[in-house]
Amino acid sequence: MSEQKNHDTSVLRLRDITMQFGGVVAINNLSLEVNQGEIVALIGPNGAGKTTAFNCITGVYEPTNGEVYFHGKPIAVNHPQGKMAKQYAGINGDAYRGKKPVVYSPDKITKMGIARTFQNIRLFKSQTAFENVLIGTHLRRTSNLFTAAFRLNAKEEKAMREKAAALLEIVGLSGEADELAVSLPYGKQRRLEIARALATEPSLLLLDEPAAGMNPQETDELGEFIVDIKNRFNLTVFMIEHHMNLVMDISDRIYVLDFGKQIAEGTPEEIQKNPDVIAAYLGVEEE
Amino acid sequence: MKKKGNLRLILSLAVVALLYGAAVLVEHTSGSKSMVVTVLQKGAVYALIAVSMNLLNGFTGLFSLGQAGFMLIGAYSYAILTIPMAKRAAVYQYYDGGIVQFTIGLLPALLVAGVMAALFAALIGMPVLRLKGDYLAIATLGFAEIIRAFVQWDAIGPLTNGSNLLKTYPTLKTAMPGNTLLFTFLVVGVCIGLILLLINSTYGRAFKAIRDDEIAAEAMGINLFRHKQMAFVISSFFAGIGGALLAMYQGSLQANGFKSAMTYEILLIVVIGGMGSVSGSILASFLFIACSEWWLRFLDAETMIGNFQVPLLAPGFRMVAFSIVIMVVVLFFRKGIMGDRELWELGSRRQAKGGGRNK
Repeated sequence: MSEQKNHDTSVLRLRDITMQFGGVVAINNLSLEVNQGEIVALIGPNGAGKTTAFNCITGVYEPTNGEVYFHGKPIAVNHPQGKMAKQYAGINGDAYRGKKPVVYSPDKITKMGIARTFQNIRLFKSQTAFENVLIGTHLRRTSNLFTAAFRLNAKEEKAMREKAAALLEIVGLSGEADELAVSLPYGKQRRLEIARALATEPSLLLLDEPAAGMNPQETDELGEFIVDIKNRFNLTVFMIEHHMNLVMDISDRIYVLDFGKQIAEGTPEEIQKNPDVIAAYLGVEEE
Repeated sequence: MKKKGNLRLILSLAVVALLYGAAVLVEHTSGSKSMVVTVLQKGAVYALIAVSMNLLNGFTGLFSLGQAGFMLIGAYSYAILTIPMAKRAAVYQYYDGGIVQFTIGLLPALLVAGVMAALFAALIGMPVLRLKGDYLAIATLGFAEIIRAFVQWDAIGPLTNGSNLLKTYPTLKTAMPGNTLLFTFLVVGVCIGLILLLINSTYGRAFKAIRDDEIAAEAMGINLFRHKQMAFVISSFFAGIGGALLAMYQGSLQANGFKSAMTYEILLIVVIGGMGSVSGSILASFLFIACSEWWLRFLDAETMIGNFQVPLLAPGFRMVAFSIVIMVVVLFFRKGIMGDRELWELGSRRQAKGGGRNK
């Protein structure tokens, strides 16, 4: 536990994370760190393993090897076991052998304070924008089935509704509160997804391509918006993004993945000059 | 906004009270044996069962086909606990009067019926709710059949009377002479009211979130298994009470009556009414029962017009007609009568929502 002292400000820390599906190594020995109050971006060409990394953090996948720490607490620990012990194609396969595997389901991870959005928007499609955010407040309830059904939690229910309304106001969707979530334009759906994630009261927000499908103006607005909510809710933000303008504008640090491997890490300026990154990513992408 | 909601609530309650009054009036004017009363009795019972199934299939998105099994448990619990002591020797004639040697009141028995069904659901739910979609449907259907076979098992005959009839327990007619409808409507009304309260609470919203997108729901911190288990147990609780009411309606009880065909009937009602609409399920129940018990009876009777025998009309043709109705509903009215809206929501601002959820 000595390393914890050196990382007082670390909110999220991945150590030697490898994710292998059958024979395919989707992420190979990824280590990264996100500190309190930072906006950190994870970039890389399509199929580099960015979303897989998110899924390892949020408990959707169990990493094959390595550790994930959240505020100094292990939230995922694993080493190659069973059949995977023989198939394992990553490195550091023995480093975590003695450690007890730690697994949490996605809902537990969210409860600890990590909220996320999805690359392909996943709003509750039969619900209004307001109801979508309201569902996010379910997590922090104190009511049980009976108090909720018999309306003994009226005070809490009112607080939930006020909170949902306030969040909609913040993301600028008060006017669309009663619209069906899926009938909103794309950019607003993205904002709604962020509002819903904020309703779970996270300390770390994971954004999976928040600007996907947005035009340049919307993208600029989104950048300001992310910085704004980060400050307002005292958040730490870790995001996957392809829009380089947005990434370079608002990120404090950037990690670059290619074919599951981390090829660079640094400030936006450093990343822009890094020849490996240019070769692997910037040179061939739209920028 | 709030005032409008209150007004709507008062209006709804007034309408319900009016309907109850009308039901009582019908029973008192046309007698307990008339077709209308029968249809209203059975329709109300089916309404409760359909709503309980809708809670699971329509609101939580769990495609379960175990309803008949839980109804059976409810019906048997009720009957076993209420058969008068004096009649037990006659009913359990092959099992020396049975092993249950006490009776409890009618309302407590109804409650126990629900609790027993809920207990079984909690047990079955543990393995079954890890499954999804079609697999869940098959597993629940299987369990319902197992329950039916188990109840008829000779070894537990002293408890369940094996495959013999259970009878002489208090029925609608014997326990509530003249007020069968009021009683049925009250019990069903209270139960459906409870389900409605639940659906509109934060837990109901969580259920709907699971239905809409499991992955997103889990990412919102909703414990999938716990919430599915909740929905499953609650649904079964009310199915158990519904089963007990059905036993009261029927007057005698045999496990063989609770075949999977009964589940399909209820599923049909839920689909016709609209997945995710409580009022739709209620409407469809009365419609379905009226058709099957009354309006479409003529389809089963061989009819002569003069010397001409009307073709196709023969025993069993009613079921053919029903099959056609199902096909028409599934092909052209996939959202059912109400879609996922409620009667009292009609005319409110929210637009109709997209259908075809259960793809």
